[in-house]
Amino acid sequence: MTPTESRADPLAALRDDLWAAVTGRDEYQAADLVLGALDGGADAESVLLDVLAPLQAKVGAEWAANRLNVAQEHAASAITERVIGALAHHPATRTEPRLGRITVACVDQEWHALPARLLAEVLALRGWQVDFLGAQVPTPHLIAHLHASGSDAVALSSSLPTRLPAAHAAITGCQAIGVPVIVGGAAFGPDGRNARLLGANAWAPDARAAALALSAGLPGPDLAAGRQQIDDLPHLADQEYTLVARAQRDIVRKVLTQLEAALPAMASYTAEQRERTAEDIAHIVEFLAAALYCDDDELFAAFLTWTADILAARRVPARSLRPALDALASELKDFPRSVRMLDRAGRALDAYAPDGTPPGAPA
Amino acid sequence: MASIEGKPVTVAGPAATSDLWTLAPYPVIVADASGIVVQANRAAAALMTGAAAGASLRESVPDWLARAHGEAVAHSRPPAQRSGSHDGEALPPASGPVGARRFEAYPTRGQDGEVVWWLIDGTGRQEAEQALSTERERTGFLVEASNVLLASLNLDRCMAATVRLAADYLADVAIVVAPPARGKLPVAHAVAGQDVVRTLVAADPSSLPGLSEALQGFPPLPSRWIDGALLPDWLLPEGSSGPIGSVVVTSLPGHGVPAGALILLRGTGHAPFSPSEEVFARLFAARAGAALSAARMYSEQRAITQTLMQDLLPPRLQRLNGVEFAGGYRPAETGERVGGDFYDVHPGPSGADASLVVLGDVCGKGLDAAVLTGKIRSTLQALTPMVDDHGRILELLNGSLLNSHHTRFATMVLASVLRKGHEVRLSLTSAGHPPPLVVRLDGSVEEVRTHGSLIGALPSIESHSAQTVLQPGETCLLYTDGFTEARGGPLGSELFGEDRLKRALSDCADLPAEAVVERIQMLASQWLHDGSHDDMALVAIGAPRTTHLSAVDGRTRGRYTV
Repeated sequence: MTPTESRADPLAALRDDLWAAVTGRDEYQAADLVLGALDGGADAESVLLDVLAPLQAKVGAEWAANRLNVAQEHAASAITERVIGALAHHPATRTEPRLGRITVACVDQEWHALPARLLAEVLALRGWQVDFLGAQVPTPHLIAHLHASGSDAVALSSSLPTRLPAAHAAITGCQAIGVPVIVGGAAFGPDGRNARLLGANAWAPDARAAALALSAGLPGPDLAAGRQQIDDLPHLADQEYTLVARAQRDIVRKVLTQLEAALPAMASYTAEQRERTAEDIAHIVEFLAAALYCDDDELFAAFLTWTADILAARRVPARSLRPALDALASELKDFPRSVRMLDRAGRALDAYAPDGTPPGAPA
Repeated sequence: MASIEGKPVTVAGPAATSDLWTLAPYPVIVADASGIVVQANRAAAALMTGAAAGASLRESVPDWLARAHGEAVAHSRPPAQRSGSHDGEALPPASGPVGARRFEAYPTRGQDGEVVWWLIDGTGRQEAEQALSTERERTGFLVEASNVLLASLNLDRCMAATVRLAADYLADVAIVVAPPARGKLPVAHAVAGQDVVRTLVAADPSSLPGLSEALQGFPPLPSRWIDGALLPDWLLPEGSSGPIGSVVVTSLPGHGVPAGALILLRGTGHAPFSPSEEVFARLFAARAGAALSAARMYSEQRAITQTLMQDLLPPRLQRLNGVEFAGGYRPAETGERVGGDFYDVHPGPSGADASLVVLGDVCGKGLDAAVLTGKIRSTLQALTPMVDDHGRILELLNGSLLNSHHTRFATMVLASVLRKGHEVRLSLTSAGHPPPLVVRLDGSVEEVRTHGSLIGALPSIESHSAQTVLQPGETCLLYTDGFTEARGGPLGSELFGEDRLKRALSDCADLPAEAVVERIQMLASQWLHDGSHDDMALVAIGAPRTTHLSAVDGRTRGRYTV
């Protein structure tokens, strides 16, 4: 083991320098720092997971706090991506594959590829043959790849809870052809409960845990039993998810009309402002649909309090979300699960205090 | 065997009306409390020679019946402490073999503590039950086998699944040998209860009788029994040490595609294969063969597709001669990887020469359109030396398309890209294509004023090029109309449109090229939600923002922009 593993200090310095280089948009400096650390004997996995992963998390947090704009966030990710590419070519990271073959992919429509990329690099360092399929992999591509490659397992990443239905399709698809799936990412919840709900073979909170679980071996899916997708989620029988997801655009339009009638201020909105409002409503409906799919009230409430945080950082009061929730509840009054979730989220929002978690909302 | 007629009969006592039971076709024996036969009917005497009045049960009937009699007697005469009446209680029945058949014996209470045994031949029913349970087990196994075998189109996985199933249900060791690939035989071994082992063996299949024929899938042969001693060493798995008793080689029927051979081994401690087990093994082999041949065909087709597709897939772009290039592609059909949009970057002969960038859109989508993009791309590559004369390139391409049998036309943008100092100089020509956009450092977005005729429709074309210069941090975006014509948005039916594209690009000032591509793709994808769309392609050409010019040819850059 390298000395950097026992002492955290050199990496802390690297973290700070790298943050300065990445936010200063100096990719050469960023690459030099990382390659220099490797030349100096730093452990490649530690650089990936204890320097680059926290860096990326900090980028997200700074965006949420309105200290980085979207463009800066994209730029930082692009530089981090290039730095990982540079690291992967350093002689210190060359590992001959001696373990099995793993496919690493993001769920369809999932754009946050960095966590999956980090995992792919870590697995390669540990001696796996890794096929990294990148961001937003359509499930048919993933399945075709598995048939052709004969991968031993799939590591599937998703950060957005709205992609959970797509994640479920991907998980069951892989399992149906006999390939076990380990999932990770914020979408599956801090305790991985959505991973269990969707029947993943394993869940890992971070790349090290994922690598450990893969080396211990995932239990293969039981093909003989002939499991059906609907068996995982009997609550889908009420079709609320299907109806809400299918009518999403209609619902947005109706809610927008209601809001315009209720809020005179909206009359003076520009077309662009109106579109932003419609996008916000569409986002809320998407999260509601995901919560219905998982029958997870907490998922929806957590999204709204998170949105309230984002709004607060941009000096928009959280209560501005309330009229949209009320309009949505009256639009969906015939859907008991939707009404329950909207009610719960509304209460969480009412109790929201911008400087902390709202009382009554479990962590 | 159980025939009763015509056998000598021992009848105890007169055949009075009340003794009609002595004529019953079912064996009946009456025995007293001390285990001595009081009476036996004809059927009983025919079944058990010696079961006659006065004989001891112990000597004249099978042990299980004698023992059951003892218990029935004990039951009928309980110890004194047992209180109450037990007359109503039924005595427990017994069953067991008599000769080669199986009987059920029902006791009833006779007079003076005698027990009357009524025997029923249950052989047929028991055989039927046995057969039923065997059939159920086999059906269950075949259902399981079908579920498992149909799941994968991967040949290795199918082979592994086949041997695992066979080793668990049919034999102690199962081996699948697939038809040779590049001179070697792919072999999968499974020893019951152990992991499957896959190997590639350079061996002669004719060293095992019947194997060559099975691997060729012709001529058809029945399952072959061979002597365990004939089994070549290369077929013996490492884990199996025990002596081999029986070996059967079955060809896996592949329906026109050779699927391989299934070899089942049983140790000497295990009964050899019965005829019904052999039939069953063939049923399994039929399923396994179908799955293996489907997997083989899929992998062959996939290999062909991959090879043909290779040149149709959008290339991976990277920094070239000091200019950032990034591309993004999303085909119209979710399942497809290619379509009618295309882009390429062709470097000039040296770093001091301009690169030729092309992005275009063939009318139509799917594979048919993709094939034409392949032709256009290779034609354009050949025309790269004319990078300074877009008009000539387009004319030649137009002529070539008109002379081909394709009736489709195409629109495209050509860009000659050259870095001079910090700047990137661009010469752009549109051929019936949406004009390229440039985002300046201050976030303003300009349309590049170039226009021209589309390609492949008319015998003569015209085109007007335009020049622009990118300062560090500025980006030129080439895109296809799949973006501007993307229909969606929060309300579901609006076009993404040029204005929205320009607004989105305006936020991309001073971003690396790949971040521009990622951002635009992400916004368009969110706009579409899950809706249908046309092919969407875009290329970003960026002047690197960095001031570290000294690093351009230095050690650092070369290491991570490979």
